[in-house]
Amino acid sequence: MMVRPDDFEERRRHLAGMSDEELARYFWELADKVVQPLVELARTHTSPSIERSVLLRMGFSSLEAKAIVDRCVERGLLGKGAGHVVWKLATARGMSVREAGVALAEGRMWDEAVSLFGAGR
Amino acid sequence: MAGATLRPDEKLDVREILRDLEHYRPRRRGWVWREKLPPGTKVGPFEYRQISRPLDRSVALPAAKYFGGIDPQPEVVVTTEIASGRFEDDIRRMRMAAWHGADHIMVIRTTGQSHFDGLIEGTPEGVGGVPITRKQVRATRKALDLIEDEVGRPINFHSYVSGVAGPEIAVLFAEEGVNGAHQDPQYNVLYRNVNMYRSFVDAAVAKTLMQWAGMAQIDGAHNANATAREAWKVTPELMVQHAINCAYSVKVGMAKENICLSTVPPAAPPAPEMRLDLPYAVALRRLFAGYRFRAQMNTKYIESSTREATVTHALNLVLSRLTSADIQSTITPDEGRNVPWHYNNIAALATAKQVLIGLDGLRDMVKLDDDPNGELERKAREITERAVLFLEEILDVGGYFEAVRQGFFVDSGMYPERNGDGIARDPEGGVAAGTIVPRDADYMAPVCAHFGDNHLPEGTRADRPCDLIGGCTLCNPDKIVYIDELDPTDNVDTRLATLEAGPPGLVYPEVEWAADRVVTMTMFWPIDEARAEAAALETARRLGLEEPKVIHKEVMHPAEGTLVEVKGRVTFGIDLASLKTPEPQKPLSPDEIREFVRRRGGVKVVAATVGQDEHSVGLREILDIKHGGLEGFGIECHYLGTSCPVEKLVNAAIEVGADAILASMIITHADVHRMNMKKLASLCVEKGIRDRVLLVAGGTQVTWDIATESGMDAGFGRGTRGIDVATFLVRTLQEKEAHSEGRNDPGPGGGSSEGTDSGAPAC
Repeated sequence: MMVRPDDFEERRRHLAGMSDEELARYFWELADKVVQPLVELARTHTSPSIERSVLLRMGFSSLEAKAIVDRCVERGLLGKGAGHVVWKLATARGMSVREAGVALAEGRMWDEAVSLFGAGR
Repeated sequence: MAGATLRPDEKLDVREILRDLEHYRPRRRGWVWREKLPPGTKVGPFEYRQISRPLDRSVALPAAKYFGGIDPQPEVVVTTEIASGRFEDDIRRMRMAAWHGADHIMVIRTTGQSHFDGLIEGTPEGVGGVPITRKQVRATRKALDLIEDEVGRPINFHSYVSGVAGPEIAVLFAEEGVNGAHQDPQYNVLYRNVNMYRSFVDAAVAKTLMQWAGMAQIDGAHNANATAREAWKVTPELMVQHAINCAYSVKVGMAKENICLSTVPPAAPPAPEMRLDLPYAVALRRLFAGYRFRAQMNTKYIESSTREATVTHALNLVLSRLTSADIQSTITPDEGRNVPWHYNNIAALATAKQVLIGLDGLRDMVKLDDDPNGELERKAREITERAVLFLEEILDVGGYFEAVRQGFFVDSGMYPERNGDGIARDPEGGVAAGTIVPRDADYMAPVCAHFGDNHLPEGTRADRPCDLIGGCTLCNPDKIVYIDELDPTDNVDTRLATLEAGPPGLVYPEVEWAADRVVTMTMFWPIDEARAEAAALETARRLGLEEPKVIHKEVMHPAEGTLVEVKGRVTFGIDLASLKTPEPQKPLSPDEIREFVRRRGGVKVVAATVGQDEHSVGLREILDIKHGGLEGFGIECHYLGTSCPVEKLVNAAIEVGADAILASMIITHADVHRMNMKKLASLCVEKGIRDRVLLVAGGTQVTWDIATESGMDAGFGRGTRGIDVATFLVRTLQEKEAHSEGRNDPGPGGGSSEGTDSGAPAC
């Protein structure tokens, strides 16, 4: 890793002329630039924990949420949204969301769930 | 429900808290700040500038008794961190903490929970903290409801939304009314080695949930202080870390007023702490105006000396008052030597209250130097510039992830100096690497408080995605699935049953857990350190303490002596039924006392500090009218001063016809106080007045038992007020009257030799 002596006096030259207000504004412009790609990553991605958090909010227990998400990961369905998978199965079968989720948590009806998303998966 | 309110004289019933938890719902959501009182508000004899609404019930600072018992509360929220590993013990500590001014209770998680991929359920025992579970959170929040009603101030409950299960924990906290949490993806990355992509992706959802619940967010930047070798050099980086979490939080929708910077004064004496820390504190508050500040105390340099820690923390509080704090966190003074003990949480809270109140309104008299060429402003500017340069270089190398890969963070050099000892992480590595997936073009989540792309079916209201499923748990808490316990042995019921199975009626000392039996001893040995330690341990063993350990030692002089503190476990409990304790007496009202004195035609006392003893303050407080003493009730007091011979006191009692002799004894060297009591008693017998004069001893080391064993009628120790002594005199004289009236029936004045003939005025 980098070892570097303190070259502050040299590096700061372009900051020397800024007022305190200008310096603060510049600080926040830079901070915004640093986090912008991070926010973009979050907007377009999901994770097992995020999907379990969706299932919790849909009224499943932590154990059920884990079972459903693990199987979504195995079948490459996480990018659809685990809650989406449950909802789609419930809608297609005319079941309640709760019934559909419990079936999936117990390892049932996965072939049907997978087929509902077709080749787009 | 029975037990719905707490009584100050009853212990908290853990079983009652655990009852019917599956139906418990939090009474509110979101963070609560203190209700500030306008500057100039009077409390007792003083005006204050920085206080909040008083508590209904509290324990005031010890010196409050000199100021009418006032207990003014600072305007800032005050935090205590509680982490014993067993929540059933923690909630008792929370109650004590609330009485001492804590309204932000932070529960530390058990070691390892941040790497647990999912929620933990039930109440397993933790290490260095508690496993955060729904049951634990619910029981704690329910207990805090009772506690906040008892003290009369809302209490914020706080834990951690970090690790690889952040979004799930955030849902749990939002559902269960947790009021604040640490959330900072950088903490996962740097200190928990959680994969950095996963950490930031999870954080966006977690933060969105926290915002929905109105929770206060505290960031993790303070950890750089605790990790870097020379903590005061990481100040530019700390600003960068704060900025990354703040900017990220705002961009995902969090309100600025819910975002708190966790900031620690990085240095400690013998460094010139203020000159290092003040410019940083000033620069930070200026740069982050609009955000909130959680002022934490320094932990980095705490050793086993609780005294040293307390002084460092007092300096930290001075810094809070010289700049600002919205939340004042406290660190227990024993943090450097063990998981905090009950009374050290209280010690830290009392330190905060004492210093914050002591510095009330300081800034109205003391201004910080705003000369741009002065040391303060120059240094503040320099730290800010260094932070700006740090951000520039992050962007130059390709962004945050690359900067972490290159070990930019927690380097001990003062940026742009680099010592090559930072924490470097591989973007493709760490716990839960490779677990994030892109959201597909038809990704959908039918719930509220979600972040990111969400392709809801056409016709769904954007602000109510959960209409699709007939409501989510945030909108309809009845949908929450409550799991009680998963482990049949590692749970609170088993622990409580073990405790209850012990011999009934026994009570044990404790520092952390019920019946842990730990006590400490402080010893001075007039020998060198190594042998003092051995001697102290041997002493503890011979006194029967199990597992004795040295918890602190301090050299007074290499040859002349060493201070040693030892802890160990006692092998016995105390049977409460076997204890003799004096009946606590409620004092009579001033009016009742005055009325008795008037009706009796007067009560006379002679008083002095006896022996070779020049202490006068204690006795003057008991006697003086302006201290609420005996004179104020119409009692005639003859004060003979200090170092008064016992004979002189007895003679004076005879001369004035006193009803009582008050003898103050502060010096107790070689038990001189007991000897003086015995001498006083026997002299009164000798002179034939023992039957008609009450003998009262007082002093800081005097107890009721010592006094009565030594021939006194009463003994009063530390904290006694005039009204306590007056109450004793009046009650005893009343009893004597009743006694003599009963015996001399049909009436008074029947020639009793008892000298308590109330019919005849004493003079």
